[in-house]
Amino acid sequence: MTTALLDRANAPARDARLWVVDCDIHPAARARTDLMPFLSERWRAHLAGIGPRAAQPLSGAIPWPRMNIGNGRRLDALPPSGGPAASDLGFMQAQHLDANGIEYGILQPLSAGGNTLDLEFGAALCSATNDWQLEAWVKPEPRLKASLSVPQEYPEAAVREIERRAGDPAFAQIELKPRTIEPIGRRRYWPIFAAAEAAGLPLSFHSAAYGPHANSGGGWMPFYIEEHYAFANNIQTVVTSLVMEGVFERFAGLKVVCVEGGFAWAPTLAWRLDKVWAHSRAELPHVKRPPSEYIREHVWYTTQPVEEPEQPQHLRDVMDWLGWDRLMFSTDYPHWDYDDPRFAFKIRMSDAEKEKIFRGNAKALYRLP
Amino acid sequence: MRLKPVDCDVHPAVSGTRALLPYLDGYWSDTVQMVMPGIQQLELNSYPPGAPLSVRPDWRPPQGKAAGDLAQLRTHVLDPFDVSFAICNPLFGAQVLFHDYLAAALCTAVNDWMAAEWLDREPRLRASIVVSTVDPDRAADEIERRAADPRFVQVLLLAGSEMPLGRRYHWPIYRAAERHGLPIGIHAGSMFRHPPTQSGFPSYLAEDYAAQAQVFASQLSSLIAEGVFAKFPDLKVVLMESGVTWLPGFMWRFGKDWRGVRSEVPWIDRPPADIVRDHVRLTIQPFDAPPDPAVVQRIIEHFGSDDLLLFATDYPHWQFDGDDALPPGLPAGLVQKIMVDNAFDTYPRLKESMP
Repeated sequence: MTTALLDRANAPARDARLWVVDCDIHPAARARTDLMPFLSERWRAHLAGIGPRAAQPLSGAIPWPRMNIGNGRRLDALPPSGGPAASDLGFMQAQHLDANGIEYGILQPLSAGGNTLDLEFGAALCSATNDWQLEAWVKPEPRLKASLSVPQEYPEAAVREIERRAGDPAFAQIELKPRTIEPIGRRRYWPIFAAAEAAGLPLSFHSAAYGPHANSGGGWMPFYIEEHYAFANNIQTVVTSLVMEGVFERFAGLKVVCVEGGFAWAPTLAWRLDKVWAHSRAELPHVKRPPSEYIREHVWYTTQPVEEPEQPQHLRDVMDWLGWDRLMFSTDYPHWDYDDPRFAFKIRMSDAEKEKIFRGNAKALYRLP
Repeated sequence: MRLKPVDCDVHPAVSGTRALLPYLDGYWSDTVQMVMPGIQQLELNSYPPGAPLSVRPDWRPPQGKAAGDLAQLRTHVLDPFDVSFAICNPLFGAQVLFHDYLAAALCTAVNDWMAAEWLDREPRLRASIVVSTVDPDRAADEIERRAADPRFVQVLLLAGSEMPLGRRYHWPIYRAAERHGLPIGIHAGSMFRHPPTQSGFPSYLAEDYAAQAQVFASQLSSLIAEGVFAKFPDLKVVLMESGVTWLPGFMWRFGKDWRGVRSEVPWIDRPPADIVRDHVRLTIQPFDAPPDPAVVQRIIEHFGSDDLLLFATDYPHWQFDGDDALPPGLPAGLVQKIMVDNAFDTYPRLKESMP
């Protein structure tokens, strides 16, 4: 488990010509109390007391050991100053942003608010997380952009939060959980889509451990390896539901980013949906075009964890089918399955292809200067 | 002698519990007739009988059930596809009931009905043993009892199970199947104990159907992660109506996950893709690819093996029109393997039971 597969000391230096937009960085609070300044007195007391409760058996932890010694985080990302990995901006700058030539980094704060069962508390946590991202990260480090956390199971509050922050260029996108109480395309979530479209903000769905339903159609799977694999499934549900409920017909300007779900599943899902759709037209009159067309127009993918075929060239087939303009590089810093921009892709890419995936596609989607 | 194709997935329909009365004892026969009139059909909610996906338009009879009699099966499949064998997988509600005694009685009756009304009358038919996973020990008993009849060539389970299929709870089924050279056939469809997605039940049948592919992917991860193939090294698993083209992406992602956290599952001592190629087969309908031979050829290369795919019409489900049951662009050698050789390798009982 602790065998290093990569000799970092002798690894090549970064390609100085390549600037990178990292579409998945996880800033950490030093402690839960970091959010206190951004909460009302009532919610400060609640956070210190009962705390955030989600539909899971352990308080404040997922019920799987993550089977790596950093509990899901790179050990070498622990800041010398103490505190959790990615809780110290200075160390993140030195270890990641500067060392890897990060031109912009998109933060994914993974706010607990979106899964919090007490809806009002969840809304307060999301809002506090947004203030904290601005104060602790984006203002001191303009290379970083925030993702707007919203309580997706409380659309009214989510819409308020989106409208309050609309127009602030510090926020690149909205952060939603892919594991929702109902499939995300159902009507209850549509006010969020209307607000996102009006604000011109893409919706990002970051894969995350644990949700309100079993992690497979055969019930709860006991191992972390199964749970982690199943991220690729929950992100497919997001894409399927948005297409089949007609969300992209209704909200033609909506853009969706699938974060940390991989991408090799995407072409085959589109083919499968096209076929099912062709035989289900009477059930789906609101889906006017083949699903693959909506997916091609509305969906982007971050790359980590890059799937690794036995024959590396096979990945290129997938990228061709998916579209080179839809993939956006991400590292998942500081998590254990981090993709290093030097090694993530085991295929040769032209300079033009690299420019798209490592930088251009994200700059265009997020309108970064 | 030159072998002819094997259709590895056809679905003769049980017309309802009344058709099973001759195969139920007095108690269960009375129960079915007197206290179950409201649930006599026992149709799976995964395949509503009137849904377009459930029956190809030109295979829907003017009256009566699609695939409900031997004449239809001969006319639509056995004769036009000129098969040596077709493997019958009756999709019937006995497998999804909660009441374990009733479920077991109805499964046994379905198997008796299959032997008497289909296999005895048509020598080209073979069948899967229908069992309920609600009581795995009883399911193993049914496999033991039925295994004496070589016309039963595999065990039938549904993908949407009550517990992940790799869990030890299910191992009595696998132990019995391995002992008798019976692959475990896992078919699309659900017991509806859990939603097919991690975000609840989707609105549309089309979504439910599409989500079956991810249910299969998770079941495959479960069978591998729990060490089923380490414990039962001779066991084969056939994924039926699972879709096919998701498999390479599964092998790539799950293989990477294994490299990362393999200390969690030390009984997996080689890459998951190798385990898949040794133990797992898939029926070819639906295939889920565009009608572009170049794309199909790339996908076939991604499998890294010519042994994985088994010909199937999935009759009477609507997968293809006309007699276009194979994706375009397959090389001739591979077609021979898919149509014939792979099935005889996967189902050793086919050759044993040949006349």
